[in-house]
This record gives sequence, structure tokens and C-alpha cells, in this order.
Amino acid sequence: MALDKTGIAKRAAQELQDGFYVNLGIGIPTLLANYIPEGMDVILQSENGLLGIGEFPEKGKADPDLINAGKQTVTAIPGASFFDSALSFAMIRGGHINLTVLGAFEVSENGDIASWKIPGKLVKGMGGAMDLVASAKNIIVTTTHTDRNGKSKLKKTCTLPLTGVSCVKTIITDLAVVTVTDKGFKLLERAPGVSVEEIKNATEGNLIVEGNIPEMNLQ
Amino acid sequence: MNKVVKNAAEAIIGLKDGMTLMIGGFGLSGIPENTLKELARIKVKNLICISNNAGVDDFGLGVLLRDKQLKKMIASYVGENKEFERQFLSGELDVDLVPQGTLAERIRAGGAGIPAFYVPAGYGTEVAKGKEVREFNGKMHLLEYGLTADFAIVKAKYGDASGNLIFNNTANNFNNMMATAGKITIAEVEELVPVGELNPNHIHTPGIFVQRIFQGVDYEKRIEFETTR
Repeated sequence: MALDKTGIAKRAAQELQDGFYVNLGIGIPTLLANYIPEGMDVILQSENGLLGIGEFPEKGKADPDLINAGKQTVTAIPGASFFDSALSFAMIRGGHINLTVLGAFEVSENGDIASWKIPGKLVKGMGGAMDLVASAKNIIVTTTHTDRNGKSKLKKTCTLPLTGVSCVKTIITDLAVVTVTDKGFKLLERAPGVSVEEIKNATEGNLIVEGNIPEMNLQ
Repeated sequence: MNKVVKNAAEAIIGLKDGMTLMIGGFGLSGIPENTLKELARIKVKNLICISNNAGVDDFGLGVLLRDKQLKKMIASYVGENKEFERQFLSGELDVDLVPQGTLAERIRAGGAGIPAFYVPAGYGTEVAKGKEVREFNGKMHLLEYGLTADFAIVKAKYGDASGNLIFNNTANNFNNMMATAGKITIAEVEELVPVGELNPNHIHTPGIFVQRIFQGVDYEKRIEFETTR
């Protein structure tokens, strides 16, 4: 069965490693923070100037001077630091962030990503997404495999305006874990109960299937 | 040397129609509320405004937008604002969307006397249109230009009469760089303290970058998305 958002976040959290500095995008990526394995030190960066994002504040304790990049009130963990936006993007552009996790409208089989603009719809701006995808050492996209109309988000080429080119390494969807290779998408894992055939049918780009594809372990 | 002015009205003396302004803040966090109110009151027009966001419909930069005081916005994200959407789609407002890190660096560079630099952000996207492309270390980069402004308007938690500033938590954001990039930089602060009271080790913005400073009043410090456990 296809995973829900929580399932995608749980599987994506397995990609975290002790000591990682991580930038999480809005939506499913934000949920990863709930599934950081116990005993693992993962420091979350917020591009508006916080390294060490903590939990949401208790009721009545929200601080207008302490927000995340989604403009939600947050807290800072012990050992956190604050800084200006130029230094924040020095962390990102300079390759100091180990992992970026973000959502997408489309990913192409060569790792291009479209995530910020749909022609004809309201343009809100790219925020920090273009900076993040252009410079992160490792980029994971978390998304549903298909859109609301059942159309594949894993494309041969992106049709929407791009956020970045040849940058996505791994895609974790409600159906599968896929890595981007020179020859296209390579299937690594299936969601529990989902067949290779179903994943193939939901993938527009070239999908490489080699040998037995294991199910995700979500325990 | 006296940098201290009474209030926002005195701080913006010389600020005229058609000027380029930098306005500090991220969302509604760390915006110069007092000066923005004064700009709305005096109805200065045709402004080019450099700010990461555009406020919300009835607060922050959104008020200047509503009253059609802005000719052009240079920003990275302008969601959360219906009037912005309307003016943008109708062509009344000229908008230059810039990746956030590039925007921050363009302001830092402008203030630091660096006319241009290369960054990878935006390569291969519509942001790259018309820009010089150059390869460094096997990676493609875009030429981007430093930004300066006639007035940079920033907000800090603490300041002193020398113009030294200390920000609070994530309310620093664009304020620190913008302070360096204004021909005239106005700082409004929550607490203006006597010279010597701020620990020099803790200063974020050294006073050399600030020409006018005042203690603001009646800070509303509105929260855009109050989220609790």
C-alpha cells in the first residue's frame, strides 16, 4: 500500500546520520524532525538564521523574534546559534550543510527539479530553494509519486520552470525509493505491498530495475 | 557626532519619491515598524524596495504596497500578500524575484564594495536569463551584482548613540547586511542605551555603518504563523 506523508517522512529520516547538519523544506520534509533516531545528533538549519531548531514553543511562549523559514514560531535547542542571512547562505552555498530535504512538483531522470512555480498560477517566489539545490552535497526529494490527477512526478524531462539542474540524488515517494543515475531513475526499494509493476506504471522517466527490489523497512 | 534622532519622522528627512530603499526583516520578524509607518504616513511614492518579503496585507511593507507607494520590489518570496498578487498580475508593480541567498549576498557585496560575484544558484533556470555564465571547478555559475540603496532601514533589539547594533534571535536576518549597504542607514531599536553599555564583543553591526538611530515606540511585533506544541 502507498505510504502516507508520515510514512514518507519516516523512511526519509533513515537517511540521516549522526552529526549531520540538515536543512528541511516546508511540508513532508518538516515532518522528518519527528523521526530522528534516538541518540542521534542531527542539527537542523533554518535559512532565516538559526542553526539548531527546537520544538514548537509551548502555548503562550511564542516569540515573534524566533521563527523558522516557514515563518512559524519555533524554539532553539541548547547549543543553537543565530546569524544573519548572508552567513546562513554561506553555510548552504559553501557546502557545509550535509543534507537538504525538500518537496517537488517534478523531478527528471537526470536530477533536475521543478518546485517553485506553476505557470498561470500565483508566483510566490523561490525563497531559498534555488540556493539550496545548487549547493547541497546531498539532496533528497520527498513527494508523492504522482500528482492529484495521477500523472507521474518522476519525469523524463521537467515541464515546469526549474529550480535547479542535475542536482537531486534520491527521491523518496509514497511508492518507492529511487536514486538518480546517468541512465535514469534506479529503483532501490518498494513501499510495503507495492509491486515493481505499480511503480513502473507510475514513473514516466526511465526506471532501471535490477534484481530483487526489497521492501522498505519502516520499523 | 550625533546620530541619535527623535523618531522615524526625523530619521527619514531627505527620503524622496523614486528612491531605492532596503527594508530589513524576514516575514514580519525584525521589520522596522516605526519607519514603515512613517513612510506610509508621508505617502512618499515610486519607491524601489529591496526586502526579502513584502509584508502582509495590512502590516509591514504590505501597507505601502496597498497605498501604491512602490514602483518595484526586489525580493525572494512574496507569498502571503493578496494585494501584491493583484498589482503583480496587473503589471502595476515591477517585481524582480531573486534567490534568497543571492539576494543576501548581493546586499553584503554592495555594502562591502564588491561590484559583482559568481554563484551557482539559479543556473539553468529562468533566473539565469541574460546573465553571464562561467564555469569554476567544473560547476556553472551566474554573474550577480552587488546592491546598494539610498536608504537602508533596519531594526535591532539594542543600539547605542554610536550606532552599534545587537539583534535578537532570528530577527537579525537581512538587517545586518542591509545596514552596510545604505548611503544613509537608519536603525530603529527597541532599547537605545548609553554609549559604553553594550559589550563590544557582542556587537553585530558596528556603528560605522549607521548614520541615524532612534528608539522606536509601540512595537506590535506581529506573528505571521503562531505555531505551538
